[in-house]
Amino acid sequence: MRYRKAKAQDGDMPLISVENIGVQRGQNWLIRNISLKIEPGEIITIIGPNGAGKSTLAKAVLGAIPITEGQIIHHQKPSIGYVPQKLNIDNALPITVDRLMQLTARAPANARQAALAACGIEHLRKEPIGILSGGEFQRCLLARAILNKPDLLVLDEPVQGVDFAGESALYDLIRNIRDETGCAVLMISHDLHIVMAETDTVLCLNGHICCRGAPDIVASNPEYLRLFGPAVDGLAIYQHHHDHQHLPDGRVQHADGTITEDCHPDDGHHHGAPAKQGLEA
Amino acid sequence: MFDDFLTRSILAGVAIAIIAGPLGCLIVWRRMSFFGDSLAHSALLGVALGVAIDLSPQIAVPMVTFAVCFILVAIKRRSHLPSDAVLGIIAHSTLALGLVTISLLGSYELSVMRVLLGDILSVTKQDLAIIYGGGGLILIGLFFYWRAFLAATISPDIATAEGLSPQQSEWIFMVMIALVVAIALKLIGALLITAMLVIPAAAARRLSPTPEIMAGIAILIALLAMGGGIFGSLQFDTPTGPSIVLAAAAMFGIVHLLPLEHKRR
Repeated sequence: MRYRKAKAQDGDMPLISVENIGVQRGQNWLIRNISLKIEPGEIITIIGPNGAGKSTLAKAVLGAIPITEGQIIHHQKPSIGYVPQKLNIDNALPITVDRLMQLTARAPANARQAALAACGIEHLRKEPIGILSGGEFQRCLLARAILNKPDLLVLDEPVQGVDFAGESALYDLIRNIRDETGCAVLMISHDLHIVMAETDTVLCLNGHICCRGAPDIVASNPEYLRLFGPAVDGLAIYQHHHDHQHLPDGRVQHADGTITEDCHPDDGHHHGAPAKQGLEA
Repeated sequence: MFDDFLTRSILAGVAIAIIAGPLGCLIVWRRMSFFGDSLAHSALLGVALGVAIDLSPQIAVPMVTFAVCFILVAIKRRSHLPSDAVLGIIAHSTLALGLVTISLLGSYELSVMRVLLGDILSVTKQDLAIIYGGGGLILIGLFFYWRAFLAATISPDIATAEGLSPQQSEWIFMVMIALVVAIALKLIGALLITAMLVIPAAAARRLSPTPEIMAGIAILIALLAMGGGIFGSLQFDTPTGPSIVLAAAAMFGIVHLLPLEHKRR
C-alpha cells in the first residue's frame, strides 16, 4: 500500500502510476477514485474549479500528504522538481536567488547559472529574494525546480498572476525545458478552459476526475483565433465532456437525472467503462 | 587551567555561543522562540526533580526537557488549541510544578535564583565536559542537517517532494533545542536561555545576505555578548544570565543603529 517502489523496469514503464487514490480530511474526501499514469516526457494539465482538490492531488503524487486509500507506484524512482502554488519566505530569513537554487541539493555554479539563464533571470542571481517581482519569483522557483534535471516537474499554477503574453512566454519556457530534458510535466492550471498547447492530457478534476482528454490547439481553430487573436500562440482550448453535474451540496447529478452521494466509475451512472474516458475528447 | 572558575565559565560561554548562533537563527526563522522558552522553563522542574530523587541535575535536566519536548509534540498533533496556547500551558505548568517541588523540598542545596538566572561560579569541570560533549553533538547535527532544516523551514512540501524528510528534521531540531537548554542552564539560567539564542540571531539579520552568513554573524555577536556578560557579571557582581543577555541586547541595539544603506533583503 501507499508509496511502493517498483523495481527498475524497461523504458516503456510510466514514471508514476496513481491507482485509485483518495485523500480524506475528517469526514470529507478531498479527492477520491483518482487514477492516472505519468509517462516520461508527457505533459499533463490538471484543471478544475476552486476547491476541486488540484493541489491536493499534486501533493499526494509528490508524497507531501498521506493518501487514505489506493496506491502510488514510483517506477524507476523518479527525481522530482516542485513549484508550489504559494511560497512565502519570511523576511527574517535572508536569502539570495543563488542560495535558494540550492535549497534541497547542492549544484555546481555553472548549472545554477544555466538554469537561471534558461528562465531569463540570470541577472538576478545575486539579488535578495525580497526585491523580486511576482513574475521574477515564479521564474526563480521554476529555475530551482529544473536545476537538477528532474524526471518529473510538478508545477502548481506556474502562470498565476502573469498576463496573457507572460503566460505564453512561460509556457514556451516549460515546453523548451521538456524538449531539452525530456522530463514529464504535471501542471495545475488556474484556467478552466485554456491550457498549454503541448499538453498531452487534460484532467478535469472536481473531487474525482470529471473528464479527461487532449486539448484543441487554438491556432488551428478559426473560431478560437477570432475570439482570442493571434496573441495566444502556445495556448490551447480544452473542451469539457461531462456526463454529470456537481450540485452545491456536494452530491452529484448524473445524465439520467439520478442523484448520488459521490461519483465514481462503477456507480452505474457512467456511459463508459473507465477505459473509454480517455477517448471522450 | 580548568581550576579557575573564570576560565571554566568563559570556555562554557564560547561553546554555547558557537551553537547559539546557528540554532538561534533556525529558531527565529521557524518562529519557535516560545517553544524554546517552554523547554527552558521545564529545566527548573528538572533541577527540582533531580534533588528530590537524588539524581545529578546533569542527568535530570535533559531527561525532563526531552520528556517535555515529546509531550509538546504529542499534544500539538492531537489538540485543537493553537500551538502557542499549548506551549503556554505546558511551559507555565512545568515552571509551577518546579517551583512547588522546590518549596516542598525546603532544600538549602537549591537556590531558585541561581537556577533561573545562571551563575558563573557554578560551572564545574563535569559541566564543561557535558557542554562540550552536547555542544559537539549539536554542531555535528547542524552540519549534517543544515540544508534539510532550511528546506523544511522554507517549504516542507518542496523538501518532501525532492527527497528530504521535514518531519525527521523537525524532530532532530526540537531534540537539539532540548539539549541546548540542558547544557546552557548552569551558565545562563532557565529564564533567559531563549533570549541568548534569539537576540544574536535577530541582530545578525540586518547584516546578512544569506542564511549561512547570518548564522556566522550570530556566532560572532553571541561570542561578544558572552565575553561582555561574563566580564560584567564578575566586575559588578550581577547575575550571569541577565548580564550576558543585556550585552546581547546592547549588540542588537548597536547593529540597528549602524547606518546601513538598504535594499530590502
